[in-house]
Amino acid sequence: MKKGLTNRQLKGRVFELVCLGSMMAALAVLTVLLWDVWTDGHAWLDLQFLDSFPSRFPEKAGIKSAIWGTFWLMIMTALISVPLGVGAAIYLQEYARKTTLTRIIETNISNLAGVPSIVYGILGLALFVRAMDLERSLISGALTMSLLILPIIIISSQEAILAVPSSIREASYAIGATKWQTIRYHVLPDALPGILTGNILALSRAIGETAPLIMIGALTFIAFTPSSPRDPFTVLPIQIFNWISRPQEEFHFLAAAGIVVLLVFLLTMNAAAILLRNRYQKNLKW
Amino acid sequence: MAPDSTIDVRNLNAYYGSNHALKDINMTIKKNRVTAIIGPSGCGKSTLIRCFNRMNDFIDNFRLEGEILINGVNIYRANPVELRKRVGMVFQKPNPFPKSIYENIAYGPRIHGVRDKSRLDSIVEESLKEASLWEEVSHRLNDNALSLSGGQQQRLCIARALAVDPEIILFDEPCSALDPLATVKIEDLITELKKSYTVVIVTHNMQQAARVSDYTAFLYLGELIEYDTTKKLFEKPDRELTENYITGRFG
Amino acid sequence: MDTTEISVISMAARRKEEIVEKLFFLCAVLSVFATIGIVIVLLVESLGFFQEVSFVEFLTGKKWSPLLTPQSFGVLPLINGTLIITLGAALVALPLGLASALYMSEYADPRIRRITKPLLEILAGIPTVVYGYFALTFITPNIIKHLYPAANYFNAASASIVVGIMILPMVASLSEDAMRAVPNSLREGAYALGATRLEVSTRVVLPAALSGVLASFILALSRAIGETMAVTIAAGMTPKLTLNPFESIQTMTAYIVQVSLGDTPSGSIEYQSIFAVGLVLFAMTLLMNMASYQIRKRFREVYE
Repeated sequence: MKKGLTNRQLKGRVFELVCLGSMMAALAVLTVLLWDVWTDGHAWLDLQFLDSFPSRFPEKAGIKSAIWGTFWLMIMTALISVPLGVGAAIYLQEYARKTTLTRIIETNISNLAGVPSIVYGILGLALFVRAMDLERSLISGALTMSLLILPIIIISSQEAILAVPSSIREASYAIGATKWQTIRYHVLPDALPGILTGNILALSRAIGETAPLIMIGALTFIAFTPSSPRDPFTVLPIQIFNWISRPQEEFHFLAAAGIVVLLVFLLTMNAAAILLRNRYQKNLKW
Repeated sequence: MAPDSTIDVRNLNAYYGSNHALKDINMTIKKNRVTAIIGPSGCGKSTLIRCFNRMNDFIDNFRLEGEILINGVNIYRANPVELRKRVGMVFQKPNPFPKSIYENIAYGPRIHGVRDKSRLDSIVEESLKEASLWEEVSHRLNDNALSLSGGQQQRLCIARALAVDPEIILFDEPCSALDPLATVKIEDLITELKKSYTVVIVTHNMQQAARVSDYTAFLYLGELIEYDTTKKLFEKPDRELTENYITGRFG
Repeated sequence: MDTTEISVISMAARRKEEIVEKLFFLCAVLSVFATIGIVIVLLVESLGFFQEVSFVEFLTGKKWSPLLTPQSFGVLPLINGTLIITLGAALVALPLGLASALYMSEYADPRIRRITKPLLEILAGIPTVVYGYFALTFITPNIIKHLYPAANYFNAASASIVVGIMILPMVASLSEDAMRAVPNSLREGAYALGATRLEVSTRVVLPAALSGVLASFILALSRAIGETMAVTIAAGMTPKLTLNPFESIQTMTAYIVQVSLGDTPSGSIEYQSIFAVGLVLFAMTLLMNMASYQIRKRFREVYE
C-alpha cells in the first residue's frame, strides 16, 4: 500500500478546509458586527443616555422611554402569550387525539411560524388599532407581539413536553391520578426548564422585532414613560430605527449606542436560556 | 361467581386497529393468590394485564369487546381513576418520579385527599416497610429517587403502588430490567404480598412463574391456551402446545 | 371494593377535568383564528383596493408610484426588489450555510460543535434593525463602495448580504439536523468500502439528507422574502425594475413600512394598497412554508 495521502484524501482535506472556512466566515461577520457597533456607539453610552428622553439634539437624547416601553411590552406580551402558548402545547401533546382537527391545528401553527412579522403588523393594525379601537397603545403592541411569538412558544413547549418520558405518565395514572393531576404534578414540572428556555427565546425575538410595531404606529416622538396599557409607547428597536433614518452622523452613533444596550438585553436572555437548557440536560436523566 | 374470585374476564376481545390482540379470553383470577401470565413475546400478555387497570385507554386505536368484572363491577363502566386506585401496577422498567423518595410515595395518597402530614409520614413508612425498602432508605427519604439502584427503584415503585391501599397489584414483567439478586428480592416480596393482596404477574421467565405463582395462564397468539394451578400446568399440562412451550421447544 | 365505591364518580372532580381540557383546547384553537384573522383582514381590505385598481393591472403593471400623482399600482417593481434581495441572500446563505452544516455534522469535534452552534444561534437572534445598521454604516461604505464606487448609498447588494448572513444560521442548523438524522450505519458502510470523508459527505450523507436540506433552503428563502427592517434601512425606497444590485430599490416589505410611517388615513387607496401587497407577500411565503413542511414531513417518515 502507498504511504502518505492519496489524491482523493488530499481533495478531502481541501473540502474540509472550505467547510471550516465557511463556518468561520459566518462567525467572523458576527465579530465584525459586534466590533463595529461597539466602536461607533460606546462613546455615547453613559448614564445620561440611559436616563434621557429622545431629543432633537443628539447630545441630549437618550433611551429612557424606549427602555421602559420595551420592558412593559415584554411583560405584557409574556402575560398574554405564555399561558396561551403553553396551554395550546399541553392540549396538543397531552389531550388531543389524532383527529383531522388536530392535524389542521398543528399544520396551521407550523405555517404561522413562517408568516413574515410584518404581516402580523398588518393584522395588528387592522384588528387591534382600528377594528377594536385600542389605538396605537402598549396593549395593541403586546397583542400583536403575542400573536407573532405564539407559534414559537407552542412549538418549543410541545418539544419540551414530548421529552418527558411516557413511563412517568403511566406511573402517575397507575396510582389513580387524573389527567390534570398527572400534567400538573409530573409533566409540567419535568418539562418546565425546557418550556422556560423556549419562552425566553421567543420573548427575546419579540424584543428585537421592529416592523410589526412600526405598522401599528409605535414610531412617534415619545418623551414620557408609559403608565397604562392604553398609553402610546416606543421601544428600543424603534428608537434605533428612528435614529438610523436620520442623515446626521451623530444620530447614527446614538443608534449604535442603543444597539449595544439592546444586544446586552438580548444576550443576557439568550445566555439565561442556554444555561437553563444545559442545567436541565445534566440534571434530568431517566 | 365464586366467592373467592376477584377478577372475572368474560369473552374478552381486544384490538389495536385491525390487529386482533386478544381472542375471546375467559378466566377468573382468585383472591389473595398470585396468578402468573406467561407466553412468548407478542402473545398479548401485557395487553391483557393492562386491561385490568385500563392503561390501554391511552392508546389511540385500542378497542375492546367483552367484559372484565372486578368484585362484580364491570370496570369499563366504572371511573378509571377510581379503578386504578384499587388496582395498582408495577411496570417493566422502574419508573420513579424524578423527585425525593418521600414524595414518590406521598404523591398517591395526597392526590386522593390525604393532607395530614403525620398521616402521610406513617403511610410512607408503612409502604416502604411492606416493600422491604425501609431499612435501606429510612435515613435518606429526601434523596432523589433516581439515586437508588435499579432493584431499589423497583421496590420503591411497589411501595408507591401500595401507598394508595389497593386490593390488586399488577406486575408487568417487573424483573426484566433487574439483576438476579434484585430479582430474588422482588420475588420474595411478591410471595409476601399475597397475604394481603391479589397479585397478577406477567413474566416471560417460566422459572419465575413456577417459583412465585399459585396459578398460571399460558397465552399464545392472543388466545388463552391453558389456565390452571401452577403445579398442574408445569407438571401435567393438558395441551401439547403448553408442554412444548414450558419445556423450551419454542418461545 | 363494592359497587357503590367503584362507581361513585366525584362530579366536581370530573367537571374540573373537563373545564381544564376545554380551556387548553381553546388555547390551541386560537392559533387557527389568528390565521383566519390574517386572511380575512388581507382579503377584505384588498377587496377595496381592487375596486379601484384592476387585478390584472396590479399584477402586470411595471410602474409602482402610489404616493405621487398620477398614481400607478403595478406591483412588479416591488416583486423585482424582493426577488433581487432574496437571490442575493441565497447566494450568500445557501453555500455558506450548507458548508457550515457539513462541517458541524461530519467533521467537527463535538466540543467545537457545542460552541459553534450557540454562536450561530446568536447570529440568528440579532434583531434585523441591527443588521440594517450594519449594512448601511459598514458594508456599504467599507465593502460595496470599494468593489463598485458608483454604487448608490442605498443599494440592494448590501442589504442582500446582511439578509444572507441573517438566514445562514437557519440553513446551517436545519441542514445539520437533517444530516445528523442520517443513520451512522450508512456512513460506516461507505467507510468500510474505503470511501474518504469527502466521498461519504457528498455521496452518502448529502443525498440521504437532501429533503431536509431542501426544506431548510426553502424556509430560509421564505424568511428572506419576508425580511423587512434590514431592506428598509439599507436597500432604499425606490421601486424599480432592475437587475443591478448596486441601485436603490424597494421591496414589498419596505413599501408597507414606508406607507405606515406616513399618516395615511384608513380607507384611502394608499392605505388599502399595503393590504394588497401584504396579500402577495403572505401568499408567497405561505406557499414556500407549506412546501418546506411537506418535504420535511416526508423526510421524517423515512427515518422513523
